[in-house]
Amino acid sequence: MDIISNLINGTLVFSTAFIFAALGGLISERSGVINIGLEGFMVSGAFFSAVIAYYAESAGLGGLSPWLGVIGAFVFSAVFSSIHAIATIGFKANQVVSGVVVNILAASSTFFLVKLIFEGSAESPLLTTVFHKFRIPFLSDIPFIGNAFFNNYPTTYIAIGFVILIYFIIYKTSTGLRLRAVGEHPGAADTVGVKVNRMRYMAVILSGSIAALGGATIVLTSNGNFAFNTISGQGYIALAAVIFGKWNPVGAMLASLFFGLAQAVKDQLQIFEFAARIPNEFFYMLPYVLTMLVLIGAVGKARAPKALGEPYEVGKR
Amino acid sequence: MNKFMSIFRRESAVIPVVSIIIGLLLGALIMLIGGYDPLLAYDSLITKIFGTSYDIGEALRSIVPLVMCGLAVAIAFRAGLFNIGVDGQIIMGSLGALIVGTKLSLPPLLHALVAVVFGAILGGLWGALIGYIKAKRGINEVITSILFNFIALYLSHYFIRTFMPQAGTQRSAMIQESASIQIGWLSQLMGGARIHWGFLLTILAVIFYHIYLNRTKWGYELRAVGLNPDAAEYSGMKVPNVLVRTMFISGVFGGLVGTFEVLGVFKYIAINSVTSGLGFDGIAVALLGGNTALGVLLAGTLIGALTYGSQGMSFGAEVPGEIIRMVIGFIIFFVAAPGIVRLFFRPLTNKMKKKV
Repeated sequence: MDIISNLINGTLVFSTAFIFAALGGLISERSGVINIGLEGFMVSGAFFSAVIAYYAESAGLGGLSPWLGVIGAFVFSAVFSSIHAIATIGFKANQVVSGVVVNILAASSTFFLVKLIFEGSAESPLLTTVFHKFRIPFLSDIPFIGNAFFNNYPTTYIAIGFVILIYFIIYKTSTGLRLRAVGEHPGAADTVGVKVNRMRYMAVILSGSIAALGGATIVLTSNGNFAFNTISGQGYIALAAVIFGKWNPVGAMLASLFFGLAQAVKDQLQIFEFAARIPNEFFYMLPYVLTMLVLIGAVGKARAPKALGEPYEVGKR
Repeated sequence: MNKFMSIFRRESAVIPVVSIIIGLLLGALIMLIGGYDPLLAYDSLITKIFGTSYDIGEALRSIVPLVMCGLAVAIAFRAGLFNIGVDGQIIMGSLGALIVGTKLSLPPLLHALVAVVFGAILGGLWGALIGYIKAKRGINEVITSILFNFIALYLSHYFIRTFMPQAGTQRSAMIQESASIQIGWLSQLMGGARIHWGFLLTILAVIFYHIYLNRTKWGYELRAVGLNPDAAEYSGMKVPNVLVRTMFISGVFGGLVGTFEVLGVFKYIAINSVTSGLGFDGIAVALLGGNTALGVLLAGTLIGALTYGSQGMSFGAEVPGEIIRMVIGFIIFFVAAPGIVRLFFRPLTNKMKKKV
C-alpha cells in the first residue's frame, strides 16, 4: 500500500511542471495560435525564478524568496510570449517559426544573462531556500490518501487549482466562449463583435506566463538552480500533452499526470530486487515507451481548434 | 545585367539580407549594453571562420550537419509533417555507424560504405516508424517524434555501455580506422581540419532534394499531400505511403548526419544526458531557407558558419557565444515576420522609387 501511495505522490510531483506548461500551450492554441515555444517559456520561467529567488534570498527574505521567484517567472516571461504574440498576431508570421525563434531566443538570452550576472559562471548559484512538501493539516493524516494527495509541494496544489480555474473559464464563462470562438471561427466571432486579435494577444501572452510556472517549478522544487540543461525537452513533452489531452484542460492534466506516473513508476520500480538486473537505461526509457504504447492503444483522433495556425484577416472567408 | 540585378531587388532576396544585417546590428547593440566591444567581437568571429585553412575546414565541418538536418526537417515540412525527431534519427544513424565501425572487419572503402549505409537505413527506419504510426493510428507526429528522441537516446546508451564500452570513460570504443570517412590528404592540407566525404554527400543530398521534390512523381505526391491531404487522397494518391516514405527519407538525412559525426569527425559516441540539439537547429535552417534546396543550403551555411565563428568570439573578445544564438534567433524572426523588416526599409525603398 505504501508503494502505491508513494507512487501517486511521486506522480503528482513529476507532473506539476508538465501541467503548467501544457495549460499554457492549451490557452494559446485554443485561441488559434500554435505554441511550439513552450520549451522557451519554461527556460525563461526557470531562469527568472532562479535569479529572483537568489536575490530575494540574499536580501534575507527567507521563506518568501521562492514565492517571489514564482511571481517573477510569471511576470517577466511575458516578455517572450509578447514576442510570439506580436510576431504571429501583429505581423502574421508563421506560428511554428515564431515558436522556434522563442525557443532559441529564450535559451540564448538567459544563458547570456546568467554569464553576465554571475560573472562568467554557466549556472546560477544553488538556492538554499526552496519549496518543501507541505502537509495539509488533518487531510494529510488520513491513511494512504493523506500521503498520496495531501503531502505535496505548494506548486502542485497551485497547478491543480489552475486546471480547475482554466476549465471553468474556458467552458463556463463568456470570455471562454469568446476564446473558443476565436480559435474555431474567427470570422464569425468578429461578426458578433469579439475583438479577435485582442483576445489572441491576451491568450498568447498569458500562455507564456503560465508555461513559465512549469520552469519555475523545476527550479524551486527539484533542481535548486538554473543551468543550461535544467529544461531539456520538458516543454516538448508538455506540447505532446496538449495534443494527447485533446486541447482540454482536464485532458491535458491527465496526459501530464500519465507522463508523471511513468516517471514515478521508474523510481518506485528501482526499489525492488529484480530491478537491479535490468539495465538502468531501460528505466530511463520507460516513461517514453509507456506513453507511446498508451497512445498507440488509445482510440480516437484528436481534433485541433479549427483556425489553429491561421492569422486572422478581416474579410477572409 | 538588369536581369541579374533584379534578382537582388526581389523581396525574397532582400528580406533575408536585411534581416541578417538587422540581426547583427541588434547583436552589436546587446553587446554594447552588456559592456562588450562588438567590433572586436565580430572581428574575432570572422577571423575564426576564415582565419586559417584549418578554420575554414572546421567551419565547413560544422555547416554539413546543419544543412543535412535542414533538409530532413524541410522534406517533412513539405509533406505537412513537423519532424522534431531529427535528433533521434541522428542518434540511430550514429549508433548504426558505430556498430558496423567497431564490430565488423572489412576492407577500408567497403567498411566505411557499409557503415554509412547501415546508419542511414537505421535513421530512415526510425523516421519511417513515426510516419507509420501517424498513418496507421493517426497519432500526431510531434508527439511521436519527441518521444522517439528520448527512446533513441537511452537505447544508444544501453548499446554503447553493453556492447561497445570504453572502460573508465563516458564514451564508446573507437571505430576501426578502415571505417573512417575522413579525407586524409585534404585534412592534412587544411591543418588537420576534420574534412570527410560527408561533405560531398551533403551536396548530393541537396541536389537530390531538389530533383526528388520537383521532378519526380513521388515528389509531386509529397507536395500534394503537404498542401491538402484530403484532395490528394481523393485524387487517388495513397497518403499513408507518402507519409511513411517521406519520413524514411527525412530519417535517412538525419541518420547520415549521425554517421558523418561518428565516422568522419569524432570516431566514437560520447554518452550525453541530452540529445545533440542539431535537429532543432535543423528546424531553424529549414524555416530560414523556406524549405527549398538552395534556401536550406544557404541558411545552413550561414547558421553553421556563425555558430562555428562564435567560438572565436568567446575566445578572442571574451563575449559569450550565446550572443550569436540570439543573432540567429533575430534573423529567423525577421525573415518570418517580413512586415517588421518592411517597416525598417520602407522609407529607403520609397526614396529609390522617387529617384527612378
